[in-house]
Amino acid sequence: MRCVLGVMVLSLIGFSAPVLAETPEEKGLAIAVEDDKRDNGFVDYQADMQMILKNRHGEESARYLRTKNLEVKDDGDKSLVVFDKPRDVKGTALLNFTHKTGTDDQWLFLPALKRVKRISSANKSGSFMGSEFAYEDVTSQEVEKYTYKWVRDETLDGLECFVFERYPAYKNSGYTRQVLWLDKKEYRQLKIDFYDRKNSLLKTQTFRGYHQYLGKYWYPDEMFMQNHQTGKSTLLKWSDYKFKVGFKKRDFNKNSLKRAR
Amino acid sequence: MKTDTGLGEGIIRYRWWIIVATLLMVVAAASGGRFLQFSNNYRVFFSEENPQLQAFDALQNKYIKNDNAMIALAPKNGKVFTRETLAAVEELTKEAWQIPYSIRVDSVTNFQHTWADGDDLIVEDLVEGAEQFSDADLDRVKGIALKEPLLLNRLINPDASVTAVNVTVNMPEKSIEEVPEVVGFVRPMVEKLRLKYPDIDFRLTGIVFMNNSFTESSQGDLKTLMPIMYLLIVGVMVIVLRSFWGTLTVVLVVAFSSLTAMGLGGWLGILLTPVSAAAPTVILTLAIADSIHILVTLFHEMRLGKPKREALIESLRINHQPVFITSITTAIGFLSLNFSDSPPFQDLGNLVAMGVLVAYVYSVLFLPAMMAVLPLRIKPHPEDKTLVMDRFADFVIRHRKGLYWGMLTVIVLIIAQVPRVEINEKFNEYFDTRYQFRLDNDFVIDNLTGFEAIEYSLGAGESGGISNPEYLAKVEEFAQWYRQQPGVMYVGTLTDVIKRLNKNMHGDDESYYKLPDQRDLSAQYLLLYELSLPFGLDLNNQINVDKSSTRFTAILESVSTRYALELEDKAQAWLKENGLPSMVSHGASPMIMFSNIAKRNVKSMTVGVLLALFLISMVLIIALRSFKFGLVSMIPNLAPIFMTFGIWGLFVQEVGLAVSIVAPVALGIIVDDTVHFMSKYLRARREQGKSPAEAVRYSFHTVGTALWVTSLILVVGFSVLAFSGFKMNTHMGIMTTISVVCALVADFLFLPPLLMKLEEKKYAQESAFESAEDAGTA
Repeated sequence: MRCVLGVMVLSLIGFSAPVLAETPEEKGLAIAVEDDKRDNGFVDYQADMQMILKNRHGEESARYLRTKNLEVKDDGDKSLVVFDKPRDVKGTALLNFTHKTGTDDQWLFLPALKRVKRISSANKSGSFMGSEFAYEDVTSQEVEKYTYKWVRDETLDGLECFVFERYPAYKNSGYTRQVLWLDKKEYRQLKIDFYDRKNSLLKTQTFRGYHQYLGKYWYPDEMFMQNHQTGKSTLLKWSDYKFKVGFKKRDFNKNSLKRAR
Repeated sequence: MKTDTGLGEGIIRYRWWIIVATLLMVVAAASGGRFLQFSNNYRVFFSEENPQLQAFDALQNKYIKNDNAMIALAPKNGKVFTRETLAAVEELTKEAWQIPYSIRVDSVTNFQHTWADGDDLIVEDLVEGAEQFSDADLDRVKGIALKEPLLLNRLINPDASVTAVNVTVNMPEKSIEEVPEVVGFVRPMVEKLRLKYPDIDFRLTGIVFMNNSFTESSQGDLKTLMPIMYLLIVGVMVIVLRSFWGTLTVVLVVAFSSLTAMGLGGWLGILLTPVSAAAPTVILTLAIADSIHILVTLFHEMRLGKPKREALIESLRINHQPVFITSITTAIGFLSLNFSDSPPFQDLGNLVAMGVLVAYVYSVLFLPAMMAVLPLRIKPHPEDKTLVMDRFADFVIRHRKGLYWGMLTVIVLIIAQVPRVEINEKFNEYFDTRYQFRLDNDFVIDNLTGFEAIEYSLGAGESGGISNPEYLAKVEEFAQWYRQQPGVMYVGTLTDVIKRLNKNMHGDDESYYKLPDQRDLSAQYLLLYELSLPFGLDLNNQINVDKSSTRFTAILESVSTRYALELEDKAQAWLKENGLPSMVSHGASPMIMFSNIAKRNVKSMTVGVLLALFLISMVLIIALRSFKFGLVSMIPNLAPIFMTFGIWGLFVQEVGLAVSIVAPVALGIIVDDTVHFMSKYLRARREQGKSPAEAVRYSFHTVGTALWVTSLILVVGFSVLAFSGFKMNTHMGIMTTISVVCALVADFLFLPPLLMKLEEKKYAQESAFESAEDAGTA
């Protein structure tokens, strides 16, 4: 998972003092690299996810999914998302190969059609299952997918935070920039503001209930996305995190999709 | 008598104080004018309780709000599918994302075209890099676009000669600056494109531009109508008064009245709409009558040789009460607009009522104070003994029988035409063609797509139920039914997307262009499709979060409000008869709101009209000190209003929102004539013991000219409103004008014969009895 660029930067600024960069851009990158580094080495994990969607009218709807993730050296992670509810899409499975550069690969298994369809669209910025999360928000956050700029340090919820911006380096993003609050001690994302193409605040993601797994990795129980423009929101609730399950690469290919249920 | 002259004496004594106090009051009130803002949202026409507004809000909250700005492109060579035009569309599509509050941009170029490539579902922009397109590419995308139900008659016309970029904007509606902000961004953006693509005609329409037109027409009316009004006032004053200082003071009185009322409106936080922006024009018209009555008497007395001081006191003695009463009745008429369901009319009513009441104060205090101070040079000269009005009175008295029956017949015949009036209008024609919005919108309606929509949220009855084949089949049937209705240009439904996906999933086999018969298939297609869509082009504007209902949109040609309501009724019937029970829902849209509001307003105003009628009758009964004559006077007051609708029914038939407010407004205004005429008549009968015929002659002699002049001013003033660029004002102006003319006719030709008919028998008996008694005692 550790990238070449990251290594170069890290060796430039030294491992001991990960955030001693000079320009805001360097400092921002260094923060992202350190964040990525701290996330490295989990090998694999799985978790259950519940999505609760709400609109301004007060309607609510839930979706249930399971995810499996495999860390890949020198490239983006592989992940498999299996849909459990609503029942019409039960057994539908989405396979993602994220890449540090270029478009991610995605395949979807449709049990009703008993076929695997490649999603050839370069669009990764659309709504994920009608939620306020875009695919680009939930996919593996590779360092290379953005450029960075540290903005300031500030305290959020009693925690000392880095506040930095990142700018999508890939085409077709729905965002001009994102502003992140990352706590200085544990490098946990606490809040992300998303700015749309015209640089207006579009939505805010907040994280709650961080737990440490394997004595090292911090994962949240809840992610909440509020769309400020449409008034809609989505709550992602994570549960049953399991690490080092022993997934193999062959668990993440087109054939495994069909067996995923 | 002492109290009568006390007012005039007091004013003369404290003239400087009054002038200074008036100026201070005007400045204090008018300083509120800085808070006056022009509304730019069609929603101001609806109260928060309006059920159609609530239904529309509910629909928008379920999906997304779809206020829009539409930029239509009409290439001069009539061909959209050329490298140049498509490049312009692409450029505009990209830039449109920068429009403030934009959340979605749809065009033929970013249309998410889907097709099958082996087992892959390709989802991509229909046009990308048009400049590099070959002729074959152009033909290919043209063929796709013209076959796509989501595009045809919405973003591309069947001739492929006009296209549009539709921008969905989601304004938080927290600030009045939002609409100007969007418009101020779009116009320069399009201006740049006009320079770059001189062979393309760009047109701007959509809700945003309509909303902006509300501001533009309010301001436009103020800018064009107000100067005309002032000019007319000065003209009339010069003719009637032939006095520079008199004219100047009257202009000050009416200007102060309108400044004070509008300033108070500012302090009260009233938002100006094209309707309430008519208030200053109306105030100018109404305020002038008070001044005329006072000045005409003043000058008359001075011509008879009285010194200014005495003439002033006399004028106030004679005019104070009628001026007060007529101001009160006019204010009551306008205040009754508070019963309207539409806030702009409430604002208009309150602004004018305030203006009329302060006009009374200024006319009775400031005007005489100024007259006391200013040099008035009026040469005494005896006036002609017989006025035109006297000859007219003779005519009326001589032909009283013929006039009574003749007028009664005419009135009844005209009133019989009232049922021809229909509440019907075209809401896209509120603004007249002096506004670019109307011109552009007409162009788009004629050449591309409708401006008006009816939207439905069609429920499937259960979570995820939108994939239910039975539901989809019903929605499809509903769409087919809707497409067959006259006036329907376009129907947007999710079923068209699902049919296309089904085809794509079967290797683009045309025979699969139909709804899948399995529920999970539809659901999974949609999931796949959703995962493939880019930012801002998702299905969340068509599917609710629970996937239990879809949005269904019918776009209509320029149809009338009545037709829209009929169509909606038919759609309701169809849904009840053929649809799933969960699908039955009322159509919602701005057009539905505007279509209902005229009728709703008639209902809500009924109470207002009755209350105004009751209050005005009470005022008349008290003012005339007679229950009988108070009620009799209502005949010449009500007849002109019915006649107005009768004349409208004869010549125009269709009327919209204005219909509900004309009655109380006109009533408050025209009752003045009756007050003046009847009070003089009764004075002659009671104080001077004159016969009914002589009393009629006395009335004509004393107030005939003044009534003629004030009616003329009212006619002129309300005719000016007819030049408004906003249809409701035009209608209101014309109808009020008609009612003022009818009122004058009724008061001159029908009221006197009526009075004589009612009283002559009794008078003959009484005088016979009296002369018999006289003979007996003698």
